[in-house]
Amino acid sequence: MAVIKVKRPQLSFGEKIYFGALIKGFMLTMKHAINSMRGKSRGAKELASSGLGVTMQYPEQKWDDQLPAHYRGAPALVTDEQGRERCVSCQLCEFICPPKAIKIIPSEIPEGDRWEKVEKRPLEFDIDMIRCIYCGMCEEVCPEQAIFLRKDYAITGLSRADMVHNKKKLYEIGGVRTGLVNKWNELK
Amino acid sequence: MDFLILLAKIIGLTFLVVLPLVPICVYFERRFSAVIQDRVGPNRVGIPLTLFGAKKDFSFLGLVQPMADGIKLFLKEDFTPSYVRKAFYWLAPALTVAPSLITLAVIPFGSSINIGGHEINLAIADLDVGPLFIFSIASLSVYGITLAGWSSNSKFPFIGGVRSTAQMISYEICLGLSIIPVLLYFGDLNLGKIVQHQADHGWLLLPIWKNGQLGAIDLQTALFWIPAFISFLIFTISIFAETNRMPFDLPECETELVGGYHTEYSSMKFAMFFMGEYAAMVVGSALIITLFFGGWSLGFGADEAIKNLTVGDFRIGGLIHLGIFLAKLIAFILFFILVRWTVPRFRYDQLMKLGWVIFFEAALVNVFLGALVIAAPSLSPAVIGIGAVLLIVLTGAIIWVAKVSEEPVKRNSGLLGQN
Repeated sequence: MAVIKVKRPQLSFGEKIYFGALIKGFMLTMKHAINSMRGKSRGAKELASSGLGVTMQYPEQKWDDQLPAHYRGAPALVTDEQGRERCVSCQLCEFICPPKAIKIIPSEIPEGDRWEKVEKRPLEFDIDMIRCIYCGMCEEVCPEQAIFLRKDYAITGLSRADMVHNKKKLYEIGGVRTGLVNKWNELK
Repeated sequence: MDFLILLAKIIGLTFLVVLPLVPICVYFERRFSAVIQDRVGPNRVGIPLTLFGAKKDFSFLGLVQPMADGIKLFLKEDFTPSYVRKAFYWLAPALTVAPSLITLAVIPFGSSINIGGHEINLAIADLDVGPLFIFSIASLSVYGITLAGWSSNSKFPFIGGVRSTAQMISYEICLGLSIIPVLLYFGDLNLGKIVQHQADHGWLLLPIWKNGQLGAIDLQTALFWIPAFISFLIFTISIFAETNRMPFDLPECETELVGGYHTEYSSMKFAMFFMGEYAAMVVGSALIITLFFGGWSLGFGADEAIKNLTVGDFRIGGLIHLGIFLAKLIAFILFFILVRWTVPRFRYDQLMKLGWVIFFEAALVNVFLGALVIAAPSLSPAVIGIGAVLLIVLTGAIIWVAKVSEEPVKRNSGLLGQN
């Protein structure tokens, strides 16, 4: 290995006396302070700052419109264009869920229903949001494209029971999702 | 009656003026640091009016934050490790706070006020040995830190305590020596009179008025500005070292010593160290302001008018001066914080070298320089010339000695030497 001999830099008198560098430092910190108070820090605009430094102040300002497409927020169930709940309660998400946050009680679709041939739908579908780690494995494993991680991130509640999302709540968050594969349609 | 006035002054100035300054310092420390680093800082904690049915919370820029901090520290578990030396461990925090607060006694917070015929001087004790008193009492705070480091019976606090002791003792010398020219100039050790002199004749570092007249500045005052400025530099930097502030905060540098001498302390005992440190900072700034920036005086010849301001039977000009003093104090504390985020921490040998080799000598030479300037009017030109030459020779000799005694850097030493 080549040996690199590093030489100490020869400091001039001005550098040795240190005061010039101090003054320069003061100017730099003061520039930051003044710019920060005027809301003109570097990057303040790109980061949508609150006008003080580069920080966005949360409850007043939100970054919802800046969330990336792949953002993983609260998991939710979706219905499709025909108003069918897509979940067939195969329970794959329940089994894959690393923190065991999902609890499904399956039930059968009664005879005479339009979607009779799908056979199953969930009776209860609970996701414990205290346990959920937003890993997205449920979405990945779902064969029916029924569960998606949405962009909701402010999941709060005053009790543990509040933090359990039941089926109704999950469909409320998920809403209708169009453009999915409709393998159960009559036409096919 | 006199006793009551004294009691009122002690309670008012120490517990209503300076102690609240400590949380305010902490608040400014956090907010100003944040602003320097392009952040926001604590701006939320306020009075939760929504709890009482109001529409909006009241958060006056987060000024209640330090109170919340204080409550937090009060309510924390006060844990005493089993291996500490109990008596000294309990004594140390008190020994850090008390000296800082005692030194406040001699600082003139404002000119006098007159209430019901009683002339009240806004300094707790108008001692004739002000700076000496401050130095002698402030040195006692070394004991608090040393005892804390030693009694904790653990390695990091111990190293912190030792560092702090060495540092404070070294810098006390520069601190004392550096203001000798200033005291020579004023010819008085009474801080109240020093401030009064500055109010009449211009601040030491801004001598641009005399007896209420702007611009009347004589040659001697102009010349004395040079030693005064050197004094100011040495004194300010030594205060930084003395209060263990940022460029010299080796006793508690987190990267090496966890928390330094107060590693083993928690809850209110830790808060006492914290308070002592900030109170020392307040006293230090107050001393700098008093000696170099005219204490409570507004300057520009406006002080007589302010002083004699009367409302009804009360002459309350002193209170306005108190306000001016506090404004200057806060400005100086902001300067302390600015320095904290500007100057990187010194290495320990650099710190010692700065104290013993540079500042000590510089302060010593400065004493003679100041004395020469002050004595010049009564000396013949030949004597002044000889004095100046001697001073230059002395300075040159000191610089030469400092340079020669410096250990030459061995080339290719250490790891590179093996090659």
